[in-house]
This record gives sequence, C-alpha cells and structure tokens, in this order.
Amino acid sequence: MTAPLDVSGSELEAAPEAVLDGQAKAIQGRSLGQIAWMRLKRDKVALTGAGVVIFLILVAVFAPVIVGLIGHPPTDFNQDLISSETMAPKDGTGIGWDHLFGVEPVNGRDIFSRIVYGARISLLIAFLATLLSVVIGTLLGVMAGYFGGWVDSVISKTMDVFLAFPILVFAMALSGIVQQSDSAFGLTGDTLSVTLLIFIIGFFNWPYIGRIMRGQTLSLREREFVDAARSLGARGPYIIFREMLPNLVAPILVYSTLLIPTNILFEAALSFLGVGVRPPTPTWGGMLSEAVRFYTIPHFMFFPGMAIFITVLAFNLFGDGLRDALDPRAR
Amino acid sequence: MVTYIIRRLIWGVFMLAIVSLITFAIFFLVPRLAGATSESLATRYVGRTANAEQVQIATERLGFNDPLIVQYGRFAKGIVAGADYDYGPGVEHCPAPCFGYSFLTRLPVWPDLLNRLPVTMSLAFGAAVIWLLTGVATGVVSALRRGSVFDRAAMTVALAGVSLPIFFTGIVSLVAFSYGRPLAITAPGGSFTPFFDNPVQWAYNLILPWITLAFLYAAGYARLTRSGMLETMNEDYIRTARAKGLSERVVVFKHGLRGALTPIVTIFGLDVGLLMGGAVLTESTFSLPGIGKYAIDAIVNQDLPKVMGVTLVTAFFVVAANLIVDLLYAVVDPRVRLT
Repeated sequence: MTAPLDVSGSELEAAPEAVLDGQAKAIQGRSLGQIAWMRLKRDKVALTGAGVVIFLILVAVFAPVIVGLIGHPPTDFNQDLISSETMAPKDGTGIGWDHLFGVEPVNGRDIFSRIVYGARISLLIAFLATLLSVVIGTLLGVMAGYFGGWVDSVISKTMDVFLAFPILVFAMALSGIVQQSDSAFGLTGDTLSVTLLIFIIGFFNWPYIGRIMRGQTLSLREREFVDAARSLGARGPYIIFREMLPNLVAPILVYSTLLIPTNILFEAALSFLGVGVRPPTPTWGGMLSEAVRFYTIPHFMFFPGMAIFITVLAFNLFGDGLRDALDPRAR
Repeated sequence: MVTYIIRRLIWGVFMLAIVSLITFAIFFLVPRLAGATSESLATRYVGRTANAEQVQIATERLGFNDPLIVQYGRFAKGIVAGADYDYGPGVEHCPAPCFGYSFLTRLPVWPDLLNRLPVTMSLAFGAAVIWLLTGVATGVVSALRRGSVFDRAAMTVALAGVSLPIFFTGIVSLVAFSYGRPLAITAPGGSFTPFFDNPVQWAYNLILPWITLAFLYAAGYARLTRSGMLETMNEDYIRTARAKGLSERVVVFKHGLRGALTPIVTIFGLDVGLLMGGAVLTESTFSLPGIGKYAIDAIVNQDLPKVMGVTLVTAFFVVAANLIVDLLYAVVDPRVRLT
C-alpha cells in the first residue's frame, strides 16, 4: 500500500474549499475545524438556528431582568383583567403593551413572563440532562469500542436493554413516585423536581450517544496514529484521552446538539402529563396542559406551543447544519 | 435458523427479567432510597387514615420488612404464577399474571389492562399503517428527486414535524377539526367504539388521533428513508443492477429500497411496540381510554399497582417487538445471515 507513486487521496481532499476561493490567493493548508467553520458560515439555515438558540439562552439567563423591565412576576394574579362570568380575559386575550402575550384565563397570570421563565426550566433541564447523557455515553461507548471483548459485550447489551425500554412510561412512574413525597434525597420543591428530571432524562438517553461513540472508537482504534502511539509505549488511558478523545469532539458536539431538542420535548411531555416540575412554577408543557381545558381561548395554547416548537426547531436546524459541516458524508 | 430463534427467545426472556427487576426497583427500592420506610410504603396500601396498628399489620402481611431479594422473589412469582393475598378474614387468589390490586377500586389490575388493550391497539396500528406508507413514500421520492421542489418542501415539513410535540399538534387539530365544528372529523371527548361493533364509528372516532400521531412519525420516517435511500443508491450493487439492464423500477424498489429498509424496520418495530404499551401522550391529549391514559390517571391518583402493571406490559410489548424485528431482518435484508 505504500507504493511510491501512489498519491494518497487525503492530500487532495485536505483543502477542497481553497480551490473555490479563486487562483489569486495562494493555496494554504486548513485545519478540519477551519473547513467546518467555512461550511457552517455558508449554511444560512443553520446560522439562523444558531442565532435563535443563542437568543433563547440569553432570554433564559436574563429572565429576571427581562421580566423586571417589561413584564409582571410570573406567579402574580391579575384578576382585574378577568371577566368573572366567563373566566376569560375581559377583552378576549389581554394582549397589549402591558401584557405582550396576554394573560391566562381564571387567574390572569402574565403569559409573556411565564414563557420567559419557562425557557429557564426547559433549557436548564435539557442542557444538564444532555451533559449527563454525553458523559456516561462517551465514557462507556469509548470503553466498549476500545477494549472490545467481554467489556464490549456487557456494555453493548446494556445499551440494547436501555434502548428497548419504554422510557416515557418508566420516567413517568419514577418521577411520579419520588415526587409524591414532598422531600426526597434531601431535596424539596422545584430543586427536587428539576434535579430528578435531569437525572431521569439523562440516565435514560445515554445509550444514543454511547452507540455512536462505540462505533467511532471502533474505527479510530484501527487507525495508524493509534498504532504509532501504542508502539511508542503509550498505555490505554493515554491513548483514550490524548489520542482518541480529540477525534471524538466533532461527533460529540453534533449528537449532543441533536439530543438537546429531544430532551426539551421529553421534559415538556413530562410536565404536560403532570409528572414534571410542578405548578405554579411555569413550564411550557405545564402551560399547554392547562390550556387544553380552555381551548376556546387559543392564545393560551399558542404561545407555549410555539415556544416549544421554535426552540426544538432551532436546535434541530443548528444540529443538522453542524453535522453537515463536520461530517459531510453523514448527509 | 432454529438456533437463532432460540437464542433470541432466551435473550427476550432475559430482557423481561431485567425489566421486572428495574420495575421492582422503581416501585420498591427508589422510594426507600428517597427516604421512605417500610411503614410508609405499607401506608399506601391501607390508606392514610389507618392507625399505627393497622399499618403495622399491613407491613408484616405485605412483607415490607423482609429482605429485598425475598420481596423481589414474591413480586416475580406473582407475575409468573399468580399470588395469594391474605387480607385477614380470607385468602384471595390473584391468577397470573398478577400485578396486584388497584388501591382505589380494589379490583385486580390485569383484567383492566386487557379491557383497554383494544383502544391502544386500534390507535397504534391505524397510525402505523398511515405513517409507514406516507413516510416511506415521501422519503423515496425525495431521495430520487434530490434537490427538487418536492424534496425541499417535504423535508421542510418533515423537520417541522419532528420538532412539534404531539400534545400541541393534537390540541390544535382538535380545536381546528373537532370541538364545536359542524363537520367534526372526530367526536370530541374521546369515545371509543370497538371495531366489531361498528367499524365506521370506530374509524370516525380515531381518524384525528391517527392522523396527528402518524404525522409526527411520518416526518421522522421520511427523513430516515431519504438518507437511507441516498446512501444505498450510491452503492456498487445498484450500479451493477443498472448495468444488468434492469428497469429503473426494479432497481429502486427491489434493490435500493430493500437495502434502505433495514433501519426502518428496526425502528418501526420499536415504535409500534412502544405505542402498544400505551401512547401516553396521544391518549392523554385525545382523552382516549387506552393503556396510556390508564397509566397517567393512575399516577395522578397515586394508584401504584396500576402504574406497575402498565410499565411491565409496555416493556413486554417492546421486548416482543424487538424479537419480531430481529426475525424480520433476515427476510428484509438478504445481506443479514442468521447465525
């Protein structure tokens, strides 16, 4: 395979975008990261997704500031805006400069500030649950792929078992059971529900990451640079952390970006079913489940529904773009 | 082939054992880790109004003070062989599979679940047929006409579809097509008519849930089929098939689609298995009296034996679906060898 005239393909493909820039510029080497960044910059759809994601993160982080400036506290009642006969807002929605998204029926809570605070819960749980899945999934996936043999069998079978589980039903049962007591694991209230949801969602989703990491590690293990490191006397941990992990950063980034929207939907579903974070703490799923009873007041279901949709869509668009940029073969 | 089937069957039984272990852990171990005592576990069975002595008796009778392994043994035996409940004045036999008695109604859980199975099955199968046909067809056409207007439109809709939660599309479709509309597509309020009583009424009551549920899945299947088709149509054997002079239709369907179908069959089996064990969100949104609704109502009422029953039944369906998918592999993809 090392015939002297054999031009290795990777040299020709190393900087394909450089050719596109025209002949005027001197051809220069670009790292994979630079190439990916160039591709991403050209992908307007993915950039829009990224923009929305950043905006949503800012909204979540600065929720108290935003609500302090242009809203009302999310759990405050505004009964003066509610008609006592129909329980609906007096002018239908309550939408105006004072209440940007209107008010809820019955108690007149400000929908805008509840959406803004809902973003906090949604993103916090989705991010931390994804982080947990990625840590467990990467660790076990790399171990399975690298060590092979019985380690691989045990981990792979465990992943099979997890993937075959009725996750939603288990999560419902677990969340419902622990939350029936008001305190558990030394935690209470919202802290308990949020922590619980992070661990439940993160713990059930790690095999998705694990399977991908195992596959990637299997192919990386056979590469020359790993052989080279081994022949220089490097041991397992060094090869895993210093040689393989840097090559796994791209898939980790892509698949965690794509796992976040799944987790947002998961959290919203649990809150919708009443086993997530409990009211009166605002969650998008919880707001939707209350809105079901007031289907004649469409704006009540519109805003939380659209909040979930836009957030999930933005993450999906960004994740798809990231995948195309980092690994064009995976299209 | 026979050894393959036996191996998969043993694996299935092993999976069920694991599932029962985890279910047991969720219902009896996790509450303890979270700080519950034997007495507080027993309180759920006799009600909060019971005095300390009654709780003490119940704790003993239900065996909450036994070692955990003994408790798990009793739990597993009840499912496999049935159990005898000594409730003081007499002994009641709960035939296998025994998931215990509802806290609220004092009725055994298993017959309840059997009653609700037709609803969930009707919902799952109807939706599955719709999403499989539309999703795969859209994916194939998109892949063959990559970059066309159809492809771009379909993929945009599909991306929106996978980003929409069913409890939002469900409510919107109810408001748009059912509640208070003179030509309601589906009657509001979630009634169910058994198929054998009146097939037309059966379909009328389910059409909206079917379409809403199928849209969600069809979106995912279209994306999956498209990427699978794009990959297989670039394979060497497709070029070979074309070189042989086969018609394009045979190339696409017999060679291209067949290769792309393997991952779809896997996911289809899992999805249907999961839905059979309760399409929790769909049933909850459309108030359909299926297994999923049963589970969520039970959780709200803290009726644990019911929740446990649903958890186990769902897991059983998923394991069974896995088994069927493994066997189907060989039929769908000629490259898979059974060993």
